[in-house]
Amino acid sequence: MKEPLVQVTDHGLFVPAADLYIDPWKPVDRAVITHAHADHARGGSGRYLSAQAGHDVLRVRLGSTARIDTLPWGERIRMGSAHLSLHPAGHILGAAQIRVEVGGEVWVVSGDYKLESDPTCRAFEPVPCHTFISECTFGLPIYRWPTPRAVFGDILTWWAGNAERGRTSILFGYSLGKAQRLLAGIHLELLDQGMEAPGPILVHGAVHRLLPPFHRAGVPLPDVLRANRESARASEGRALVVAPPSAGGTPWIRKFGQVSTGFASGWMRIRGHRRRRGGDRGFVLSDHVDWPGLLTAIRATGAERIGLTHGTTGPAVRFLREEGWDAWNVPTRFEGEAGSEAPDGSDSGEHETEGQEDA
Amino acid sequence: MKRFTTLFNALDSTTRTSEKIAALRAYFQDAPPADAAWALWVLSGERLRRSVSTRALREWVARRSHTPLWLVEECYDAVGDLAETLALLLPPPDDGKSMPGPEGAGVARAATHGEKETPPLHKVMEEWIAPLRSLTDQEREERLNRSWDRLRGQELLVFHKLLTGGFRVGVGKKLVTRALAETCGMDPAVLAHRMTGRWDPTAEAFLQITSPDADLPDPGRPYPFFLAHSLDGGPEELPGPPEDWLVEWKWDGIRGQLIHRRGETLIWSRGEELVTPAFPELAEAARVLPSGTVLDGEILAWGPGGPRPFADLQRRLGRKRVGARLRGEVPVIFLAYDLLEAEERDLREQPLQERRRRLSALLEAAGIGSDPAVEPASGVPLALSPPVTVHDWAIAHALRDTARTRGVEGLMIKARASTYGVGRRRGPWWKWKVDPLTLDAVLLYAQRGHGRRASLYTDYTFGVWADGELVPVGKAYSGLTDAEIREVDRWIRRNIVDRFGPVRAVEPELVFELAFDGIRESSRHRSGLALRFPRMARWRQDKPPEEADTLEAARALLRHSRGEP
Repeated sequence: MKEPLVQVTDHGLFVPAADLYIDPWKPVDRAVITHAHADHARGGSGRYLSAQAGHDVLRVRLGSTARIDTLPWGERIRMGSAHLSLHPAGHILGAAQIRVEVGGEVWVVSGDYKLESDPTCRAFEPVPCHTFISECTFGLPIYRWPTPRAVFGDILTWWAGNAERGRTSILFGYSLGKAQRLLAGIHLELLDQGMEAPGPILVHGAVHRLLPPFHRAGVPLPDVLRANRESARASEGRALVVAPPSAGGTPWIRKFGQVSTGFASGWMRIRGHRRRRGGDRGFVLSDHVDWPGLLTAIRATGAERIGLTHGTTGPAVRFLREEGWDAWNVPTRFEGEAGSEAPDGSDSGEHETEGQEDA
Repeated sequence: MKRFTTLFNALDSTTRTSEKIAALRAYFQDAPPADAAWALWVLSGERLRRSVSTRALREWVARRSHTPLWLVEECYDAVGDLAETLALLLPPPDDGKSMPGPEGAGVARAATHGEKETPPLHKVMEEWIAPLRSLTDQEREERLNRSWDRLRGQELLVFHKLLTGGFRVGVGKKLVTRALAETCGMDPAVLAHRMTGRWDPTAEAFLQITSPDADLPDPGRPYPFFLAHSLDGGPEELPGPPEDWLVEWKWDGIRGQLIHRRGETLIWSRGEELVTPAFPELAEAARVLPSGTVLDGEILAWGPGGPRPFADLQRRLGRKRVGARLRGEVPVIFLAYDLLEAEERDLREQPLQERRRRLSALLEAAGIGSDPAVEPASGVPLALSPPVTVHDWAIAHALRDTARTRGVEGLMIKARASTYGVGRRRGPWWKWKVDPLTLDAVLLYAQRGHGRRASLYTDYTFGVWADGELVPVGKAYSGLTDAEIREVDRWIRRNIVDRFGPVRAVEPELVFELAFDGIRESSRHRSGLALRFPRMARWRQDKPPEEADTLEAARALLRHSRGEP
């Protein structure tokens, strides 16, 4: 039997032919990073490789001293006996899938990805391969996303209704990726409907800090103000505030007076999650692939072997096997936590809200 | 259906009482009475008898959504709510956007039905759901497929909730009553009374209930129960001297209302279930009372000379018929707390002192003694719940400490001047329960919760030590804060050692202090013991599992609670 091109080690996924780790959990010499969320991009490694489009956000994450090399989309480089290239994953700005080819055999590691349209990043690109290692955060058929436009329409209706009643709309979403997608989506939906914004758009400091890379990437963002006491007062209850989930239930929120809270996440598809949040509204908007999308992506790669990782992989593995694929669970050290947030709540993506029992 | 779904969404998307009331008012203002009747009925907790088995429903949804049945079960496990799981699994009607899925799950099917709106709520209940009961399974599946063709988005969830019963949306009977009372400018107490007991969800009944000057047409209708609040401190904190308060034992039975009007007797439980058939001797006993009498009291398994454990009474419940043998094995008694109606007149606005005076006189006139411990000579299983004389609260403390050996739950303390209100109100009536028993036990198994706690591990089984082994002793799922639940859930996910269906065995490491109201022998449990109302009093993060309690310690509690050394 041939040695697998990608192996699970206690440092994370390892590519022996290139002597390279993918999103390592512990410091290593050479790491390739799929995207800049905290559970994928950890500091302390010697050299990092990322997609060119993801450099700026990764720099914010890793700091000015990290050695980061970049690659344009699709450009192949040779590392050891492997050919390596990065391809858009559609997850957040600069999020990449990693293609590894050794002696004609091709493996692709998806990182986190989604198929829905997102004005803040390049769309997911299916990469033909023999083995596809896919994320599986939402690996059950109950997870099926509505079209993003319908969701943004709902958000606007909610905002307008709140503004009319003088109640500030607070919309929670992770500060890297989700928050900018919300801003861009709302902006485009307003333009599309030829609608006047119901009020000003304010953003939490953690979101504000991450806007420049998106501006430089040419993402169509609306004009926003930093949320503080002055901008809160001036908006007279008509504002939409985009903030990380960790800001919920803290004194930070008091400056807005009467508020209605909304949370944008794939988990909001489930009423129990919605109610447990204690917020007023849940908007089903995810940066991860849903069940139909997972099957579509798998088919599009043409792969015969499917490794599933992150999330409840058990049912999806069994389902794929019954459908004739050679599927298996790829363990990760990551341990999800139902109903909780990352300590800073800002940038760990949606993994934080569901467990991974099979790890 | 569309209007009702809008109401459901409004109720589901807010946690503010004022907004829930506003949504309910808006609904009742607009809805035709035939729909409003059903909405009121389901929101106040009534449900149709189950018309399809959940097993069959899962199979049909699996078939329609091209999902293997085992995967439907996995989804249910993750969602924790069957109605919602099924709604999430059903493929959306073809809306031009093709939905990729196994074998093209989202095939076009809605096209033939066009944009037809779903029928109003009463039609869905009366024509879609109610008739299913009398059909074969095959016909049921066909009918449901036709219903599914026409339902959109959130309507699916609402439909499945109606179909499977159990309509909990953070709205209770009290809130619906309040909103409806506001809508039609009525006294909520009057409305609550009219909605108590049984009524049919028809337009006619709805109009009668909400008509400002309708008579009471139903002689069997109970009054809404007045409930007590828990007294957490001691009675010293209550206003006024002890003489202002009536003290009684808190009996450990079923609160009931005995209605004797125009030759007919009905017994309602506090949950507004009609329990007359389970207690024929009580219904018979009521004949000694004058017509137009309504008593509030407690049904207890009794004798000789005192109350028997609640478990005995449970044997009498839920039966359509109770035979002579069971009647002999578990004799029951009705201990009267209060007189709500005499000579067909509502006495609830009179002070408790006066109602009790009349109650004593009425029972005496009927030849019934005032001390239940003295076997009624007449053989009539009806007596006054005797007052406990307390001139000094210190005596109340001492008496409460004897509660467990007496087989009661504690003391009731009621203001003598109090009227008989509706529902739970702070101030006039208090229950002062005996301190719970406790054991430090080790978490052994966990299961996911339901509803708001779906997909978190919140239902736990605990064990105590016996011969170096942990023996399960009880289950509990309440008592922890949300933050603690999340933390324990996180720990469980990392410490699963085995699985049995939905149950996860975990490393025996976490210790919790379990509090419970009673303990008894039980052949159904491996430990040989059963706990009453166990809950988690504390997470003993300071205690290693080796220091948890033993089965012997649990047995000692049992002996002690029986007054044995």
